[in-house]
Formats: sequence, C-alpha cells, structure tokens
Amino acid sequence: MTQSSLIKTPSRTTVSQSAFRTAILNAQADVPEGLVNPDGQQASKRFSVYRNNVVHSLSEAMLTGFPVLAKLLGDEFFREMAKVYLRIHPPTSQLMMHYGAALPGFLESFPGTLHLKYLPDVARLELALRRAYHAGDADPIDPAALTELDQHELMEAHLTLAPACEVLQAKWPAKSIWDFNMADGPQPNVGAEDILISRIGFEPRTYLLPDGAAEFITSLLKRRSFGTSLGLATSNTPDFDLAATLTILIAAQAITGIDRK
Amino acid sequence: MLDQRNNTTLPDGAGVGYKPQHFQDLLHAPGAVTWLEIHAENYMSDGGRQIAQLRHLAEHFPISVHGVGASIGGESRLDPEHLARLKKLVDWLNPASFSEHLAWSTHDSAFLNDLLPLPYTNETLTRVTSHINEVQDLLGRKMLLENPSSYLAFSESTWSEPDFIREVARRTGCGLLLDVNNVFISATNLEFKALDYLDAYPLELVEEIHLAGHDEDADELGRKLLIDSHGKPVDEPVWALFDHVIARTGARPALIEWDNDVPEWDELENEAARAIAQMEHVIADQAQRVSA
Repeated sequence: MTQSSLIKTPSRTTVSQSAFRTAILNAQADVPEGLVNPDGQQASKRFSVYRNNVVHSLSEAMLTGFPVLAKLLGDEFFREMAKVYLRIHPPTSQLMMHYGAALPGFLESFPGTLHLKYLPDVARLELALRRAYHAGDADPIDPAALTELDQHELMEAHLTLAPACEVLQAKWPAKSIWDFNMADGPQPNVGAEDILISRIGFEPRTYLLPDGAAEFITSLLKRRSFGTSLGLATSNTPDFDLAATLTILIAAQAITGIDRK
Repeated sequence: MLDQRNNTTLPDGAGVGYKPQHFQDLLHAPGAVTWLEIHAENYMSDGGRQIAQLRHLAEHFPISVHGVGASIGGESRLDPEHLARLKKLVDWLNPASFSEHLAWSTHDSAFLNDLLPLPYTNETLTRVTSHINEVQDLLGRKMLLENPSSYLAFSESTWSEPDFIREVARRTGCGLLLDVNNVFISATNLEFKALDYLDAYPLELVEEIHLAGHDEDADELGRKLLIDSHGKPVDEPVWALFDHVIARTGARPALIEWDNDVPEWDELENEAARAIAQMEHVIADQAQRVSA
C-alpha cells in the first residue's frame, strides 16, 4: 500500500502528545494542526471522537465508582460534575478501580455541591469501600485465640488487621446515608460517625464504631501494641468500651493475626 | 506462579473478552469458547473477588492478558510503577499470551483511559521499538502488538500503517494481534481499501485475531465515520474480512470483544461459535480445492 492512499497533503506539521492531551481535556481548545481528514483537511469532528471517548469513559468510571453519590445527585448532574472533575483531575494511574481519589476535596469547593456538606464524607466512604473490595485476601483468626492470652500477653501483643480494614471518621453520617440509599436503612440522623470498613469474604462491609474505637483501631493499624492502643483510646475516651469494640472487630473478620512480640 | 503447563498457548479456536457476569456460564456452559482474554489493568489488585475468579478460570482456560494502559507509543518513558504491576500480574498468572496496543494513553502523568493515535514517522518507530523491547525484556516473553482503529490521520506520517507495523515487528521480534474490526473502521474512516491494507500487512506474524462491533456516525461533511464501540455483534463486512484473513493465515485464536452493553452469555457464545464455524468453513473449502 502506498503512503499516498493514506495521506494526501504535503504538509508535515508535528503534533505533540502534549498538544493532543490539552485539546482532549479542553472542549474549547482548537484541534491541533496536523490532524487531518482523509482529504488532508484539518480534522474537527473526527478529533472530537477521541475527546468524547475520553470524557465518556472517565465519567462512566466515576459513575460506577460512586453509586451513592450518583443516586444523591442524580446521574445527569453527576455526569456533568464528573466532566468538570476529570478536566481538573485526570487519572494519574492506569488503575481505574481507584479513580476519583480527589473527589472529596473537589466536592468541598465545587459550586454545584458546596451546600451539600455531607457529600465529601460519602465520597470518602465509597472510595474506602472500593479499596476494600480490591484489597489483599486474609483469613480471620479464631477469636478464641484472643482469650488464650493472659492480661499481660494481650497488652504486649500486636494485632494484625485485614488489608481491607480502614477507619473513617466522618463529620457527617456517611454510613447511615449509604445504608439508607443502598440497603434500605432507616432515615439518617445528623451527626458524626466513626466507621470501620472491612470485608467478609469478598463483600466490603461497614460498622458503626463506639467512641474511642476509631483511635484504638487506627493505632492497631499503625502496628502499635494492644496495650498502647488501649491506653490512647481510654486517655481521650475514659468510658471506652473495649469489649464492644472487640466484638465489632471479630464480627468484621478484621483480626487476621496475633503477634506475641 | 499458577500452574499453566497445559495452557501455554492460545488454541486456534474462539475466545471471548471475560466479563464477571459470565463467570458461572463459562464454568458450566462454555460452548464454543476455549480461551479467555482479560484487561490487565482490571486485575492489578492484591486480592478480592476478581482475582479469585481469575485464579479459578485459569485452571480451566488458557488466558490472554491484554494491556490497555502501557502507553507503548507514549512520548515519555514507560511508567515504571505500571510496568512493575504488569510484571507482577504476568509472573503470577503465567498467561498463554500478552498483548498491547500501537497507541498512547499517558502523557505528563495524566492517563486518559483511551487508545490515542500515533503519527507513523521514524521518530515514532524508534520510540515504539524501544518501548516494546523494554516490555519484552522485563516480562521475559514475546508480546503481541495490536493495530489501532483510526478516526483521523497525521499529516506528518511518512509510513503506511502496515509497513510501520511490519518494521516494528522486524526490529523487536514481537508478534501481531490483528484486529479485523479496527482494519475495517480505519479503512472506512481514512478511505483506503481494507484488502490493500491486509495485502501489505505481515499476516505471517499474526498470532491472534480480534473481532468486535462498531457504531456508525458521520463527520462534518456527512462522510461515514465508524466508531470502535465494542457494544454490538460483529458486522457482516468484518466477518467477510475475517474469512479473507483466515484463508491466508490458517486457523488462529479468534476473540470476540464485547465490552459495552454486554449481552447475555448465549448471544456472546453464538458469536464465538460463528467465528469457529467460519474458520472451519474457510479451511475445509481450501482443503477441498487442493484435493480437487
């Protein structure tokens, strides 16, 4: 096949990927010179196929990744917001499973959602649920193993928590909002929620935490000892309920190892 | 590393792009489907359901790992983090095949999640060659390079696409993944003859074939503009081109790519069965002519 059957113009304008990228992400930008139709004329609609593909694939990835936000805002509004977001925060990784990490901060200043103060926390929860879904696998310990330790051994021990485990301290009732929209939960009440995200088998789950538990679990996640973590929790929350917190961690299949020093 | 001793090559039969909703169907009623393709980037996680499903499927089917994010044609260097993830996946899965695209998707750390076009110049040739060598060296295996679907051309191009691909393959030793739907789309959009393209293309290097559906649109002057949508059955002219290719290459692993508006299993399996039937028909036809 001869080159002339493809290219009918003698022009040799170079198109950099930087110029291409800029024009993709800015719908108002001119199509870079050097991109041509089969007749050699400057491309326009043909370039917009790439523009549309990029915007469509990224906004659909957002829609799939934030189902509760999409429900709260409506798909149409969500897509329009996603189009603004993706131009400011195009993906920095090839892993679309985690795309949208900057959305909580974006929602705090986006004029269209500024007044919906709870949205950033809902976004944080949806991101954590996605991380949990893709996190490494780990088997929970037999809870009896905890009771086999005496008081001193327990305080010195380091608990390993599942890779899916995270704590989210939300200023707004993010878990209640999620449950209300996705799991027929009751109408949410205003108020902060400390939330444990974990995974049972392959299903991410969330648990409301009692006062002090977020500090306790966060400390365990930092690989501090059981005793140190308990001390931190009780110093700020004198009535910290350790038994209730351990019951949640066990139900959440969050404890995957006990390291006795 | 998973035990893939029985699955070291893709069979010369029909495969499908794997969708999680078809997991049970594939285990219980695979029908014509004898191998699977996954998008590498969807399996670059530490665990969870998708990895568990893949581990299970790999016990039953040869797997082709198809990358969509390496940005082989990128102006900047290949992303070392991404390459490390790719190596981890390929080392673990030990797939029957690994393929990537003649395209770019990342620039200045922005990943655009699309396969963007390249000018066919000597400069691009040097860059693509070096990137493919880097990937092949890292993975310790040959990769297959897929031809793109094009909506426009670059005035700076000095190579035709088939010649460019032939030269890349000659310099790197890579194999080729021929997307017949992409040839048809590019031929329509850039107004060349698909058969001329295939005459110039190094068919002897084809180790896998892609088949997919496309949408039809028009440009600002009303000229036909085909969009590579992967959301429909394979179009009749693409099936005809497939016959044309098989008559020259012999049977090859042929994949139905259906990524959007994914149908029920039966419809997808039907497409795979048609690919097999056409391959058998073309080959039987040739045998008859030889013996006659």
